[in-house]
Amino acid sequence: MSEVADKPDLNLDVDSGNFSYPEDYAYDAGRGLTADTINYICDVKNDPQWIREFRLRALEIFQKKPNPTHWASKDLENIDFDKIRYYLAKGQQAKRSWEEVPDDVKKTFERLGIPEKERKFLAGVEAQFDSEAAYSNIKKAFADEGVIFVGSTEGLHKYPEIFRPWFGKVIPIGDNKYSALNSAVFSGGSFIYVPKGVKLKHPLQAYFRINAEQFGQFERTLIIADEGAEMTYMEGCTAPKFETATLHSAVVELVALKGAKIQYITVQNWSANVFNLVTKRGLAMEDAEIKWIDCNIGSRLTMKYPGVILKGRRARGEVVSIALANNGQHQDTGAKMIHAADETTSNIIAKSISIGHGRSSYRGLVHIPKHLKGCKNNTECDALLINPESRTDTYPAISVRGDGNSVQHEASVSKVSAEQIFYMQQRGLTEAQAMSLSVNGFVNDLVNQFPIEYSVELKRLIDLEMEGSVG
Amino acid sequence: MSCIEIRNLHANIEGREILKGLNLTLPKGEVHALMGPNGSGKSTLSKVMAGHPDYQVTAGEVLLDGENILEMEPDERARKGLFLAFQYPSEIPGVTIANFIRAALQARLSEGEELDAVEFYQNLYKKMDALEMDRAFTSRAVNDGFSGGEKKRNEILQMAMLEPSYAVLDETDSGLDIDALRIVADGVNRLRGPKLGSLVITHYQRLLNYIVPDHVHVMVQGRIVRSGGKELALELEAKGYEWVIKEAGLEVTPEPANG
Repeated sequence: MSEVADKPDLNLDVDSGNFSYPEDYAYDAGRGLTADTINYICDVKNDPQWIREFRLRALEIFQKKPNPTHWASKDLENIDFDKIRYYLAKGQQAKRSWEEVPDDVKKTFERLGIPEKERKFLAGVEAQFDSEAAYSNIKKAFADEGVIFVGSTEGLHKYPEIFRPWFGKVIPIGDNKYSALNSAVFSGGSFIYVPKGVKLKHPLQAYFRINAEQFGQFERTLIIADEGAEMTYMEGCTAPKFETATLHSAVVELVALKGAKIQYITVQNWSANVFNLVTKRGLAMEDAEIKWIDCNIGSRLTMKYPGVILKGRRARGEVVSIALANNGQHQDTGAKMIHAADETTSNIIAKSISIGHGRSSYRGLVHIPKHLKGCKNNTECDALLINPESRTDTYPAISVRGDGNSVQHEASVSKVSAEQIFYMQQRGLTEAQAMSLSVNGFVNDLVNQFPIEYSVELKRLIDLEMEGSVG
Repeated sequence: MSCIEIRNLHANIEGREILKGLNLTLPKGEVHALMGPNGSGKSTLSKVMAGHPDYQVTAGEVLLDGENILEMEPDERARKGLFLAFQYPSEIPGVTIANFIRAALQARLSEGEELDAVEFYQNLYKKMDALEMDRAFTSRAVNDGFSGGEKKRNEILQMAMLEPSYAVLDETDSGLDIDALRIVADGVNRLRGPKLGSLVITHYQRLLNYIVPDHVHVMVQGRIVRSGGKELALELEAKGYEWVIKEAGLEVTPEPANG
């Protein structure tokens, strides 16, 4: 029995995600990963030759690269790549109208709180059910403006002239073992192109979900905001509970051309057996701005360090990150800011909460080379420990050379004090309610940066997580 | 009769006995002052009543309207109608006063019942107007960076909103200048009435110039040694505590630094 299986059951996904429907997959690549698996995926998806070559090259790199356990968690060694199923699909095209979506898929979405009425508020919906996008819908207005919002497969088939020049450029295949794995077997995810000067008022939104045991989900998202374009993308994840480990390894590439703005918002609430190993990076050209707002709840091990390469003059990058690690969970999160032009600025604000035996780690990389002038970075990372056995670590790596650049780094670790809890209890709140309120207060300034429907959900998720933390 | 009745209360902290058989009755509708030299156990009494986990009760009872509350969690006691205005209120960063009070009121409702937000704010603003508080006050995080006076006013506002049956005000006057003292005392006086019994703990008589008590109790070395009318406070002010201690047959010891 694995170490994690011994740990007590968690109050995770109590209201969302703790359910699944009978599996019925039209295509299944079987377990394990070989060139045959890749060819099977390419055949089913009818991939063009260049993608087949890309995948096969990625497979080679994946197989050569060791797990990064010299710096990362040894828990990675517990991933058995031979037992994972790398491709499952209903074998269906992305749906455009809600009526065409199969009933069991609808049921899942409804359970996740994506009722039809919400569509009114959403500019476009691209919800991923297992490997393939099961449902997608773009408001006509956007389409008229030339906005492309499709699944990654459809994107590479239909729009190769936009897709191909940027695909795999922000995050090369060999960036790390898991970006290589994703490059080999990716399916699903979104491709978005916002044309020059188009400013989207409403966020584009996608829901992700895993619904098969031991099934790795490898979505691949590429977002390109052309010059002066502005857009927000929201991604939320829940997953049903499983007995054995599930691997989730996404790659998200953002490209903000001159003067463009991209905001990418993620709320993840994985069940406690998921390995969530994600590579997210943006490329910001002159006067462009990329902001990652990232919230990680749940999973067995999350490794995720959203980054921005500040390639053009005056480009701005920001990462706002909340991580919550409960029993048996390790949130290894942070940010990377690579300054590659003068007068670029970056801002990192990371807050983590460790509950019970939960562990959170912050890893930050800030790189400002010697020849640059007028670059600024601000980093704040704060950790809150709930129980005596909770753990947090900070691993900042800051390399700043040259005279004309400034860096500010602040870190804090705090505990919820017994006096604070007593004070709140004296006002009638139970110990758990007091804990929840205290934790919500700790992340409040960051939660307020999320869109309202996410911040409400986030507070509810934190409440659920806190339930098992006292007594 | 509606009252808090404390019978033969003994309590320890870290094995040291602080309360040594304390008896006190606080009827609803009255204001009682609890006075005594530093180190006599006044603050300990307030914490034991509220259920602070650092204190162990070794004997005795605290009956709230006839029901012993000593086995209850602090929050259950609070929901039964006991309020403690803290001498040193905790900071809760990121949680606004409005949200905090709302959560406290919500905690008093049964499951599935939702506090009406509009009514809540109407009530909050009414109470704040009465206490002459700026409305911007409630959007600040609870006690975060507050002055001594602001902390105490926040306690009074919470008390006004939670409408307890019994309130213990622990050294509410400490750390206040005379203007702030007057405002806080004024707030307490406004809450005075037949539905509230208050125990005002203070070291100095000066608070009692503003909050005139119905009864005064003197606490020395973990016990009430003398009770009387409001004139007792004036007598203590004039003559100090020594004579009471001697009359109680206790030894006069130098005052420790903390109460």
